Amino acid sequence: MMGLISYLVFFTTIASILAIAVLGLNLQWGNTGLFNGGVVAFFGAGAYGTLLLGGAPQADHIGGFNLFYPLALIGGAVAAGLLAWVVGRLTLHLRHDYLAIATFGVAVTFENIMRNAQGFSGGAKGLRGFTRPLEAWVNDGLTYNVLFLLVVSVLLICTYVFLERLIRSPYGRLLRAIREDEIAARSLGKNPGKIRLAAFITGSCIIGLAGGLYATFYAFVSPQDVLPTLTFQLWAMLIVGGAGNNRGAIIGTFLIWAAWTASGWSLSRFAPVELQIYTGTMQFILIGLVIVGMLLWRPQGLFPERLVVSQSGRKKN
Amino acid sequence: MPDTRPPILETRNLTKDFGVFRAVDSVSMAIMPGSITGLIGPNGAGKSTFFNVLTGVLAPTAGRVFLNGQDITGLSPDVLFQKKLARTFQIPRPFKRMSVLENVMLSPLAQIGEGIFGPFLSAAKMREQEEKIRVRALELLEFVTLEKLADQAAGRISGGQSKLLELARVLMGDPAVILLDEPAAGVNPSLTRILIERIEELNRQGKTFLIIEHDMDFIMRHCDPIIALAEGAIVFQGTAEQAQNSPTLLDAYLGAQVDG
Ligand SMILES: Nc1ncnc2c1ncn2[C@@H]1O[C@H](COP(=O)(O)OP(=O)(O)OP(=O)(O)O)[C@@H](O)[C@H]1O
Ligand SMILES: [Mg+2]
Repeated sequence: MMGLISYLVFFTTIASILAIAVLGLNLQWGNTGLFNGGVVAFFGAGAYGTLLLGGAPQADHIGGFNLFYPLALIGGAVAAGLLAWVVGRLTLHLRHDYLAIATFGVAVTFENIMRNAQGFSGGAKGLRGFTRPLEAWVNDGLTYNVLFLLVVSVLLICTYVFLERLIRSPYGRLLRAIREDEIAARSLGKNPGKIRLAAFITGSCIIGLAGGLYATFYAFVSPQDVLPTLTFQLWAMLIVGGAGNNRGAIIGTFLIWAAWTASGWSLSRFAPVELQIYTGTMQFILIGLVIVGMLLWRPQGLFPERLVVSQSGRKKN
Repeated sequence: MPDTRPPILETRNLTKDFGVFRAVDSVSMAIMPGSITGLIGPNGAGKSTFFNVLTGVLAPTAGRVFLNGQDITGLSPDVLFQKKLARTFQIPRPFKRMSVLENVMLSPLAQIGEGIFGPFLSAAKMREQEEKIRVRALELLEFVTLEKLADQAAGRISGGQSKLLELARVLMGDPAVILLDEPAAGVNPSLTRILIERIEELNRQGKTFLIIEHDMDFIMRHCDPIIALAEGAIVFQGTAEQAQNSPTLLDAYLGAQVDG
């Protein structure tokens, strides 16, 4: 029983963290139409940023500033935002398909740098030396995880409320207009370049926040955490849930994460022993099938975008 | 009596090449404030391209554009809209997955909630402004007879209705000079009549129009002066009466028909 509860807490924590990232991606793709093919780079920037800022000093690499944890977390998000600013300045003028390829390249480059920049990222061994906030005060592991889940849930709700309010404001109108027709938006006095960049940075900060929480939870991050697989997982979550619909994005995350975990578990349990080493590969294929199947069968997702309106034409009473 | 006022919009030798093909050929024209100028010409004469070069959608190969005497050559469309020069498109460009009302509410400049933090830091002011914009947008939708469709997705309305929506969208920004590319194309005759009434009403309020149109009746009755382009160059400029008796104009149209 305790084992189950403890597993559920673990599952919900990870799913909620990923849901935050998918919300960030939804702002970029669902609302603004920016095809970020390198989500994991921004997730990684948040993860590495948070641990470098909040961890203890290490002999063999820089970082370890022992920053007050909330500041470290914000710092991680800001790091992701800075990366988005640089990448955005260079690539945001590209069309969908090219933007996807360019950002995918950024993510692969990011992973390679993290794998090789020993003195900065800890290299292939990853980044250690981070103690989870207040861990010394809570002596029971499960209690700590429950408290951590609480914090993550609050942040997920805050992100959701923030984004829902944002897309129902004139700002949301701007994003949708850019998504629908940039030339028309430009002819109505709006500057698509600025708007795209701002949305790209904001979305990336949110993705970075998720990365920071993820790394905090494990008190560790390594290049294995920033593989392209994660990008595809996050995309599958958004596509299944419904691009443009924040609630759909959250539900899609939980569904796909449950399917991912369950498939990993059943493969390791029921697949013939000689196939077990391919578990990861098979899961990867499955996630690909889910994306393709969804795009063919129900491209709008399980929870399609409803017409988001900032204002209704009906007279208010 | 000759009009001695400075033109509100002026082009000097405006030229646009696509490779070796000259789509707009050294066009110089002066649009007077408060006029409704009609721009005509056979298909492929370069009228829409002229609009595109004028409004910064395309960069001119040569020549200059002036708005109120200020050189605006090469400025981008968003900047020109902010300078009160607005245009619609020959093929309408509605924001399809947005409501008709939202399409119109987008246009006003410098809205409080247009920054990321506006909706949170200035929520009350934003709501107040939103209500004003909403009311004004609904008025304009009524003006173009689309008020019943306010909450519809703009992707669901007809082509003619999209033309009217574009007009409302542009009017929402309160421009001084309005360039319309075939506003009546695909709009049914009774709506066209309404459209003409609306244009004349706005014109009486002081707005200047430059209108591309193939509907000769529309042009002859409501536009003065009339300018004709053929193969990128101006071939005629004058009143409706002069247009009806112009051999060059007849040539331009018949020539184009015989050629192509
Ligand atoms: N982007 C482009 N690249 C190459 N050629 C172009 C381009 N845009 C327009 N043209 C050419 O320039 C010429 C003028 O086109 P334009 O659309 O301006 O004609 P128009 O007078 O508006 O015609 P219509 O009455 O049919 O709308 C045409 O021959 C067209 O093929
Ligand atoms: Mg045309």
